[in-house]
Amino acid sequence: MATDADVIEVRGLKKSFGPVQALRGVDFSVPEGRVLGLLGPNGAGKTTAVRVLTTLLLPSGGRATVCGYDVARHPGAVRRLIGLAGQATAITPELTGRENLEISGRLYHLGRSVARRRAAELLGRFDLVDAADRQAKTYSGGMLRRLDLAASLIGQPRVLFLDEPTTGLDPRSRLGMWAIIKDLVAQGTTLLLTTQYLDEADELADEVVVVDRGQVIAAGSPDTLKDRVGGDVVEFTVTERRQLEVAVSAVAPLSQGPPSVGSEGLRVQVHAADRGSAVLVDVVRALDAAQVATTGLALRRPSLDDVFLSLTGHGAEEAASDGAGRRRSRPARRGAGPAEAAEPAGPAGVARASGPAGAGTTVTSGTTAASGTTAASGTTGPEEG
Amino acid sequence: MAVSGRSVAPELTVRAPGGASLPGLSTPPLAQRLGWALSDTLVLTKRNLIVWARVPAYIFFTVVQPVMFTLLFRYVFGGAIRVPVPGGYVNYLIPGVIGQTAGFASFSTAIGFARELQRGGIDRIRSMPTARWAFLAGRLIADVLRLLVTVAVMVGVGYAVGFRFSGGAGYAVAMVGLAALFGLAICSVSAFIGLAVKDEESVQAFGLVWVFPLTFVSSAFVPVRAMPSWLQGFANRQPFSEVIDALRILALGHPVQAAVGQSLASATWQSLAWVAGILAVFTPLATRAYKRA
Ligand SMILES: Nc1ncnc2c1ncn2[C@@H]1O[C@H](COP(=O)(O)OP(=O)(O)O)[C@@H](O)[C@H]1O
Ligand SMILES: [Mg+2]
Repeated sequence: MATDADVIEVRGLKKSFGPVQALRGVDFSVPEGRVLGLLGPNGAGKTTAVRVLTTLLLPSGGRATVCGYDVARHPGAVRRLIGLAGQATAITPELTGRENLEISGRLYHLGRSVARRRAAELLGRFDLVDAADRQAKTYSGGMLRRLDLAASLIGQPRVLFLDEPTTGLDPRSRLGMWAIIKDLVAQGTTLLLTTQYLDEADELADEVVVVDRGQVIAAGSPDTLKDRVGGDVVEFTVTERRQLEVAVSAVAPLSQGPPSVGSEGLRVQVHAADRGSAVLVDVVRALDAAQVATTGLALRRPSLDDVFLSLTGHGAEEAASDGAGRRRSRPARRGAGPAEAAEPAGPAGVARASGPAGAGTTVTSGTTAASGTTAASGTTGPEEG
Repeated sequence: MAVSGRSVAPELTVRAPGGASLPGLSTPPLAQRLGWALSDTLVLTKRNLIVWARVPAYIFFTVVQPVMFTLLFRYVFGGAIRVPVPGGYVNYLIPGVIGQTAGFASFSTAIGFARELQRGGIDRIRSMPTARWAFLAGRLIADVLRLLVTVAVMVGVGYAVGFRFSGGAGYAVAMVGLAALFGLAICSVSAFIGLAVKDEESVQAFGLVWVFPLTFVSSAFVPVRAMPSWLQGFANRQPFSEVIDALRILALGHPVQAAVGQSLASATWQSLAWVAGILAVFTPLATRAYKRA
């Protein structure tokens, strides 16, 4: 609940664009020094929320405050406290990295020498020293994102807003970005970040708010969210039916709750909470010791799609643009990895990620499509709408 | 007014973030804000000029193209067009081309804004404490400075091909000043177009369409008397003709007054009235489009 220490407070926030209701009464708050992840698919209203909070849009209803200042009534005060790195990078490509930062600093009303010093600091911190005096149009996608983040930090904001900071980045740049963001957070920055990736929210956020079609459909710590989804799952198929029982009892001690057996009768799922990689290894050992032959051994990490399936009974998909909330049902869930879900964001010339989902996960969620069932889901709720 | 120490040590202790406990966040005094607004404008002007200097196409557009126009008209049409000014067609032409340039220079204003909106960079600036209108002013000032570069180049080329100021240095300076003011007014129209259209390709395609008839159906290149009579009414009354006639009188001195059918005073006042009128309509429109962008 809201306390004095809440740096961001959003109550009943609404925003319509003509007939489109981008936000339909959203509530959340972020205490000082904490990280809130706004998690949702394309069109959920994440960017709209960020734009209202950063004084770029006036709300149609409800209230939003930053450090106690109402964003609609005291935009000037809010602007002096915040930093924003939007979904599209705000870099002038013809200027060098250093010039971009120094100019941003001057526009935050830093003195010339202070702007220069901070620009140099940030270039060092974000590993851009070698490229500092090259025009930004020569930068890679990851470098541009880092430069953009640096520009949002030059005024030393108390509250930082990052709108999909890793969308469109390749897995390696994505990991680099995560490290930078964690470092910022360790220094006490209050952060609101939006993302389409569950693993990103899990990695970075203290608190996750799941938005869908302009509404909050769940909120809580990443762990609670993952508990609802069921966490990591280690799956395998027993080659011979008579070995099924042996297999299940061999892996039972490793599973959080009893392992599930798929409808076709040979597919076993071990629930691994957030210890997927470790459990995967243990499962291999246990099956080996029990001399069970298996195929299709895989670790599956829950994705945004799983969250949506468990919360709403439908997968994460782009909101109907009329906002009417019609939903198409989806035959099978798919992992929503960055490559699939990424919109063509990012500046021209940035290669879109084509790598596997969730950098850092040992096994991709690609296996998901194969399995029709998961223990996680409890999915069979009726389609609403 | 950086907030103290945030980056030095984690400040996780609870501190009421209400307005009272944050030093320096009350509205700063007017003088301070004006100072910032001015500095914001200068910084953005400088940024735009640096970008301009680094894009060869912009330089071509600012320098090479107007020179080409000057030479083409001077030598291709020059012999065929009889003009009522002393010194021949080149003296008639140069003030006309300068007026036209003011129109063409505005193209980069529209493109610049549309590009910036499309890139999304505008969100960052609008979320910063940067003065609202500095973004507009920074571009308009940079574009007018570029126009002045073009005018200087054209006067130089003009001198090489026979053009002479004959009204004296004061009038020559006044001519350049009027051209700059007119350029500012036309750029404000383009600023509105760029900010309202928001799409670089559309602006590329349509951003100059309105300038062509206004510059060619004017007194810029041929005397209005030489046009079909149904065009003359429009050609005589539209702002490009008014301003170009005034530029001509300022450049060539009093003998031209009779030739263009106006006195120096009336031509100048009418031009300034156009400039003021255009600015009065289009700066608020551009500002509104910027806020909504
Ligand atoms: N300026 C706008 N005009 C009209 N509709 C908009 C505008 N901005 C966003 N929308 C609509 O609002 C909804 C939410 O968009 P957005 O906040 O960008 O979602 P997200 O960032 O979660 O992908 C979408 O349906 C989108 O089409
Ligand atoms: Mg978005």
